Amino acid sequence: MSPRKVWAIAKKELKQASRDPLTLGMLLGLPTVMLLMYGYAINFDVRHVPLAVRDLDKSRESRELVAEFVNSTYFDVVSDVAAGDDLDRFTERRIAKVVLLLPEGFSRTLERGGSAGVQLILDGADANTATTVLGYASALVGAANVRRIQARAAGRLDLAPIDYQPRVFYNPELKTTQFLVPGLVGFILMLTAVLSTALSVVREKERGTLEQLRVTSLRPSELIVGKTLPYLAISLMATVLILVAARVLFGVAVRGSYLDLFVATVIYLIGALSFGLLVSSLSESQAMAFQVGMVTSMLPAIFLSGFIFPIRAMPQLVQALTYAVPARYFLVVSRGIILKGGALSEYTRDMGFLVLYASVVLTIAYARLTRREV
Amino acid sequence: MHALLQVIVKEFLQLRQDKKMIPVMIVGPIMQLLALGYAANMDVHDIPLLVVDQDRSPASRALVDRFTGSGYFDRVGEEDTAAQVDPWLVRGRAQLALVVPAGFGGDVEAGRKPQLQMVADGSDANSAVVGLGYASRIVAGAGAEIAQARLTPALRSLRPGRIELLPRVLYNPDLKSRWFYVPAVLAMVLMLVTMMLPSMAVVREKEIGTLEQISVTPLQPWQLIGGKLMPYVIIGLLDTLLITGVARLVFGVPLHGSLLLLLALSVLYLLNTLGLGLLVSTLVNTQQQAMMFSAFVLMVPMIYLSGLIFPIENMPRLFQTVSYVIPVRYYGIILRGVFLKGSGLAMLWPEALTLLLTGIGWLTLASLRFRKRLD
Repeated sequence: MSPRKVWAIAKKELKQASRDPLTLGMLLGLPTVMLLMYGYAINFDVRHVPLAVRDLDKSRESRELVAEFVNSTYFDVVSDVAAGDDLDRFTERRIAKVVLLLPEGFSRTLERGGSAGVQLILDGADANTATTVLGYASALVGAANVRRIQARAAGRLDLAPIDYQPRVFYNPELKTTQFLVPGLVGFILMLTAVLSTALSVVREKERGTLEQLRVTSLRPSELIVGKTLPYLAISLMATVLILVAARVLFGVAVRGSYLDLFVATVIYLIGALSFGLLVSSLSESQAMAFQVGMVTSMLPAIFLSGFIFPIRAMPQLVQALTYAVPARYFLVVSRGIILKGGALSEYTRDMGFLVLYASVVLTIAYARLTRREV
Repeated sequence: MHALLQVIVKEFLQLRQDKKMIPVMIVGPIMQLLALGYAANMDVHDIPLLVVDQDRSPASRALVDRFTGSGYFDRVGEEDTAAQVDPWLVRGRAQLALVVPAGFGGDVEAGRKPQLQMVADGSDANSAVVGLGYASRIVAGAGAEIAQARLTPALRSLRPGRIELLPRVLYNPDLKSRWFYVPAVLAMVLMLVTMMLPSMAVVREKEIGTLEQISVTPLQPWQLIGGKLMPYVIIGLLDTLLITGVARLVFGVPLHGSLLLLLALSVLYLLNTLGLGLLVSTLVNTQQQAMMFSAFVLMVPMIYLSGLIFPIENMPRLFQTVSYVIPVRYYGIILRGVFLKGSGLAMLWPEALTLLLTGIGWLTLASLRFRKRLD
């Protein structure tokens, strides 16, 4: 391999990329935009859930319970339900996600020492929110019950007999941005590396310029390295941008060593770029390359890597599939280095898989691309 | 009309010529659906738990058993001191560590307040929240039992009364998160197939130069546009049927409303996606740009801000306002309404009307720009 020829191809590729500032800008700017979106828009904290109330009892007790729902800041009363109203309308029209019904005789039953039922109707269409809301409501009602007992027992009873101290390491406030940054790096790199290499090769195929390059004195390895190097550089720049944005906007700092992170990122990128080459050898058109790239690299990097959805909650078969997703290993390493301050030596298993993935995919892609040449 | 038909046929022929494209249009959506349907699940079980039992009393063992017996936790190891917890969490071998300090059992018996510590790995905030939620529920249960045991007969006669919560969950009684995500896939797939692919197809003709050739034929611009977009309407509707079928048969998501209504309202959504796709094709020059633009400037923000995956109420005001101009917001409401709530047009007409109007708006805007470029 002659470095001079590799550099010539790389320069050509860079020139081509810079002539398309829109795409280049998107490749570099996208990570930051996604980080902003994730950082500001995505919030797993459920608050201010719209609540409709029907209080048929209208007693001090019933008003107190409603007040407790409102004061928790989990619920906002958006409407009062009149006696004859069709309850389903509230949830179906999405006026409220939750309807709280206090029956007549609520306070009287409580006075007698009996058990007074309170109905809570939930819109289950958004199952995640509904699960959380159900948890809030049970906690609120539980707390109300404890207070009733304590009021009567006048301090003679400790109802929380265990001093329970949960502590969270690495991300004490459980901030979404913190845990999303390492995953986002993995996802964005997959995206830019696989798609940009695959598309740039297929574009030359479509235009016939690949043929022209093949009849030059270039060796296949020179052509391949030359074509992928610029995208390696662009992807690394995108990584730096994400890290800077995460630092400046959300205060997420890299706790481990930058060198470790760099090494892990480069190995991960080699795998991703090789996969892009493999996709390009399978596709005849850019639309095709894009679809194949999306389905085989982008989707798994989001859904099967543990980035957003925990791997342990998946069915066995899908869990087995995740072993073939490099983002899974990169996520463990990048979370470790960025958030936990771990060293590369602590993740030998995951790094081993990344090296294995990169070498296997590179070998296959290389074999396919050179075979076509003959 | 005949000319329109010819353009449609040409477009289909072109799609078929790219032989691998048709399976991609079918396989892609199915893969997306399976990935989301199977992977999108927050109900974690078997969270790897490290146990540090410094007390080794019957009470501490009973507490540890409560954790391991709950099904939520999987005991992966044991250590003697709390200082040894960190390496387990750094390597990711444990997600949570339960630390029972010495003296726990003694405190319980003596009626004092025993201490209990829980350490969570917050680098995966989602799982940590879920895990801590389970843990606090288990600890609360243990605490209630201790309190119960200490409750003297005298106190029992206080009869404080009890408020009992009677929850009733509508539309998704088992609160399966899958039922929430699977209909969302339809909106995403349609965006991909009817926004991105047509924009690329138009730009491809631009790139190859055949758009020039067509523009000098006697075809009316509307025939050209209609003919180019129509195949995608058909493919989009086929994808709708396909995904609805898989959603019902594989994932058991009910379709309480009418399939016909779903198809009709999907067409209104397609007006928007096709309009936006055509608009993209007038803004860019290469297929790569078309793809990047529709994927990252349109699709990603639209998916995240539409409430399709992340509830709109949780977003900051500004994003909530932005979400009103996103067609997916309305289609998402329609999808969940028709699938889960069995809503009819009487309930969904505001969303349907919005989609119709914005769809016509986008298509008109795109066609005007498209014509200008042809002239």
